Amino acid sequence: MQFDSFSDFLAMGGYGFYIWLAYGLTYGLLIGLVVYCFWEVKAFHQNFRQKLARAQRIKQYQEAEHR
Amino acid sequence: MFKWLHPLAKPETLYHFCGRLFPWLMLSAIGILLFGNLWGLVFAPQDYQQFDTVRIIYIHVPSALLSMSTYTMMAIAAFIALVWQVKVAQWSVLAIAPIGAVFTAISLLTGMAWGKPMWGTWWEWDARLTSQLILLFLYLGVIALYGAFSDRQTGGKVASLLAVIGIVNIPIIHFSVEWWNTLHQGASITKFDTPSVHPSMLWPLLISLLGFYLLMLALVCLRLRTAILEHEQHRPWVRATLGGH
Amino acid sequence: MVVTFLRRELVLLGRQKADWLNPLLFFIIVLTLFPLGVGPEPNQLRIMAPGIVWIAALLSVLLAAERLFRDDYRNGVIEQLVASRQGLMAFVLAKAAANWLSTGLPLVLISPVVAMLLGVEAPAFVAMMLTLLLGTPLLSILSVLGAALTMSADKGGILLALLILPLYIPLLIFASAAIEAASMGLPYSGQLAILVAMLLLALALVPLAVASALRINVS
Repeated sequence: MQFDSFSDFLAMGGYGFYIWLAYGLTYGLLIGLVVYCFWEVKAFHQNFRQKLARAQRIKQYQEAEHR
Repeated sequence: MFKWLHPLAKPETLYHFCGRLFPWLMLSAIGILLFGNLWGLVFAPQDYQQFDTVRIIYIHVPSALLSMSTYTMMAIAAFIALVWQVKVAQWSVLAIAPIGAVFTAISLLTGMAWGKPMWGTWWEWDARLTSQLILLFLYLGVIALYGAFSDRQTGGKVASLLAVIGIVNIPIIHFSVEWWNTLHQGASITKFDTPSVHPSMLWPLLISLLGFYLLMLALVCLRLRTAILEHEQHRPWVRATLGGH
Repeated sequence: MVVTFLRRELVLLGRQKADWLNPLLFFIIVLTLFPLGVGPEPNQLRIMAPGIVWIAALLSVLLAAERLFRDDYRNGVIEQLVASRQGLMAFVLAKAAANWLSTGLPLVLISPVVAMLLGVEAPAFVAMMLTLLLGTPLLSILSVLGAALTMSADKGGILLALLILPLYIPLLIFASAAIEAASMGLPYSGQLAILVAMLLLALALVPLAVASALRINVS
């Protein structure tokens, strides 16, 4: 353990702003990237389900007309 | 090895392979990354010259290394896509590109946050910074070029071609920028030699690097899966696996 | 075959004067705007001259690059060439040569006037001429590459700049370094040698990339 107290840890020997800025940006971007990747998966699944449902509906209508 | 690799060129197999790999990669990435970074932030000693700012190294160096190895990976995939016309290789180029771009941006931003207290400026037209910025432009070029085509097939091929051209150019750009830099200002403040990193700092650095690598691979797996589904959505196997009606 | 294609290109350029006059005008306009922007201080202009000239040259070549393959693509000429499986390389070389003759060469010819406008002295002026003479063919080859990549894209424009400006950077660095060295009275044959090396390397490799980009774009 390099720091005596938690406030010491936050201050980082006077360089706290730069270090926390760097870590904040890094984690912000990484979390953003991860969220974006998961969002892509979700968006695809939603889209896919909608397309399937639409195809299903069209099929039903066509069958109904033929009858 | 090729016998083992060859089935993976089939989208369906690759989809399931990535699916099996992803949770392990993602969980271990998060664990190892946090472990390495916390070690670096809390337990690693400070540098006698740079004091506590040296703690930025645990995200800066891994992201900078990652930005280049991700580009190499993308270029290899692009080469395979162009020469052997492997579909999944072409899709993986586009799956990799945004991830690499984010890592490049991280390395630039953390470099700036490190540069301000150490060199006194946010931005220095240093050889590494400049070539890193150009690397970011190359990534953005690949992404934008793909986006500019309405035909995804053509867009993917052209973007792959650009990725391969980029990798031929990176060394040329790097050396010319380095030469330009030494000509213009001389290596003065930017050169801080650390001939051998002390083990107490090296270990957290290596662990953070491993964490970044695993995270990159996990995200590539995830995006590649999405890309495969996106391209193959009209195939029967997709409907079968997604539990379609 | 190269000669036939080159003649065709030149005839087309002769009919569409805007294609090669616009970049030239653009070059002159940018160079006129620079002193207005940074101030008329002669010493400052003299120091900045190499950079200004080269940046203006890059931008005006970029301006010409956008329309390089557009018409041939729309007419189906490129499709025919790709389908006939021959003459594609000659076509690419003729394109690059025509592009250089229509935009690069005028820039070289107009550079004495530019040198006067910016107050460049004799040694730096010679270096400027030499770097333009060696560098503009490279610019042409690379812009042919950029144009080939974005040929069938729906939105060209700024995309082209994003793609080829990184490739121009080594050229920009060495060309302006040569002029700077010359203005300080230092030898600059090393920089010129590197420019020649880059030109030859590009001449050997880029046509291959261009040909495959054309093939991809029409497939």
